[in-house]
Amino acid sequence: MNANKKLGVFIASAIVLAVLPFVVGSTLGNSWVRTIDFALLYVMLALGLNIVVGFAGLLDLGFIAFYAVGAYTFALLGSPHFDIHLPFYISIPLGALCAALFGLLLGTPVLKLKGDYLAIVTLGFGEIIRIFMNNLNAPINITNGPQGINLIDPIQIGGFSMGKTIDVAGFALNPVHMYYYLFLLLTVGVVIMAYRLQYSRIGRAWVAMREDQIAASAMGLNIRNIKLLAFALGALSGGVAGGLFASFQGFISPESFGLLESIMILAMVVLGGMGHIPGVILGAVVLTIAPEILRDVIGPLQMHTFGRMIVDPENARMLLFGLAMVIMMLTRPEGMWPSKRRKAEFEDAKKG
Amino acid sequence: MAEVLLKIEGIHKRFGGLHALNNVALHINKGEIYGLIGPNGAGKTTMFNVLTGLYTPDEGTFTFDGKDLFRAPPHIVVAGGIARTFQNIRLFHEMTALENVMVGRHIRSKAGALGAILRTKAAREEEAAIEAKAWELLKYVGIDDVAHERARNLSYGHQRRLEIARALATEPKLLALDEPAAGMNPKETEDLKTLMEKIRNDGVTVLLIEHDVKLMMGLCDRIAVLDYGKKIAEGVPEVVRKDPKVIEAYLGAAHS
Repeated sequence: MNANKKLGVFIASAIVLAVLPFVVGSTLGNSWVRTIDFALLYVMLALGLNIVVGFAGLLDLGFIAFYAVGAYTFALLGSPHFDIHLPFYISIPLGALCAALFGLLLGTPVLKLKGDYLAIVTLGFGEIIRIFMNNLNAPINITNGPQGINLIDPIQIGGFSMGKTIDVAGFALNPVHMYYYLFLLLTVGVVIMAYRLQYSRIGRAWVAMREDQIAASAMGLNIRNIKLLAFALGALSGGVAGGLFASFQGFISPESFGLLESIMILAMVVLGGMGHIPGVILGAVVLTIAPEILRDVIGPLQMHTFGRMIVDPENARMLLFGLAMVIMMLTRPEGMWPSKRRKAEFEDAKKG
Repeated sequence: MAEVLLKIEGIHKRFGGLHALNNVALHINKGEIYGLIGPNGAGKTTMFNVLTGLYTPDEGTFTFDGKDLFRAPPHIVVAGGIARTFQNIRLFHEMTALENVMVGRHIRSKAGALGAILRTKAAREEEAAIEAKAWELLKYVGIDDVAHERARNLSYGHQRRLEIARALATEPKLLALDEPAAGMNPKETEDLKTLMEKIRNDGVTVLLIEHDVKLMMGLCDRIAVLDYGKKIAEGVPEVVRKDPKVIEAYLGAAHS
């Protein structure tokens, strides 16, 4: 692609992204803008996990824990629960930092593990965090247990709050619109971070470690440090997304951070194309939007053809989703949009 | 008297009941090509892995260039100035030749995650320097024409050369090569010999493990012979060749 064409694509996508919430909001309704907001959160999460799984090759099944840490940090620092109300530009970075610390906390004991063993420990870690959130309401009430934390502050910039609809020159600017732009801004930040890391000394070290750990250490790479760095940086973007999620929802509870969520994010990375940033973004968007479309389609479709509900739409959705995963992994295990390198790896593996 | 670069004494390495290295002592002088030979299972590769930090020895002393490297982890050993290649080539297969060499520069560069994310001036300049140095090394070993090929697709001889270039990228004082001529035809072996002499003439000391005794005799300044985990001879090739213990180890007692 030459420079002019690149610039053209860049400007076109910038315009599309800028008007997207209004077009979608006025045609499909604001609930779809909300879905797009969530898609952006998942893009951030998937890109964070991609650093750990895709770049460094460390299978992590408990990634949602960092999302939870980010979200709870934000909630505790900005809600009536402790009656602390820190501004978002302090509590979001703090949440990201906390998540990164938890990344190191997870990374340290698993330094010597790989593959399935690593997956099991990370899975356990994710569950531990969730169970802690669920039970840290006694003897001192920190997380408010299963009830979760309510009335979390919306993000406030200057005098105005993103929690209320405002009028800008006759335009009704909904919270979902405002959050969209905030999320978009931070997503772009995470994308840039992931890109720059990939094509750097650190990114090369991750790939080298993924391909051959012994050769990598014989080349002088400090395996411990670069592994911990991958965990911490992945957790960092998870923490940012968590803080945004808390303020956007206004309410969080341990239920939002279950194993299924971790698996969902991993599926986004794998299905999109592990290690390939555009692929991972695509995976996150598709896996957020597609279930919502199915939700709108399955119910009415059944009513129309059979005249009654045969399968509960929620179950049918998971059924179809599972089926899609199986078919995808059988026919295109490298993902929807893999990097050239990953594609070559799969081709070589097939040849044996 | 030549200056001693590497010196080990009283090195023991046991794997369970197997005494793989038994009280081995040797020293390598600056600027020489030092050979390590011995029959299969003599402990050559164990010795090699001890010298490059992959194995931690049980007892002994290990000094290199004035630094104590006894039980040092591999990245400290590499930083200290010892780089290695592997008997069964271990390249990063899906990376290009150029990227492989760039990985070798890791230890001699320092841009961290923050520098990479912010793409600071220092990080960009360092990255450019890494790439320039990698090109230079690919030219040095004569494979710059395949710089953008994935390592997996290179010919066997090229892969060997790439591994040497990657090791040289760490700016070693001692380059340790584990059977570099294995599986090579006579022409490739001859080219490899020229390359090793070039490396030595450019000031890098070379440690060599090799089965090809003829190659070793013609190339090495000094040779040590290992048998059953013990050093049985050391010296210039002409002397080692005639040593009865060496002949016995290789051919059996009846011939000595």
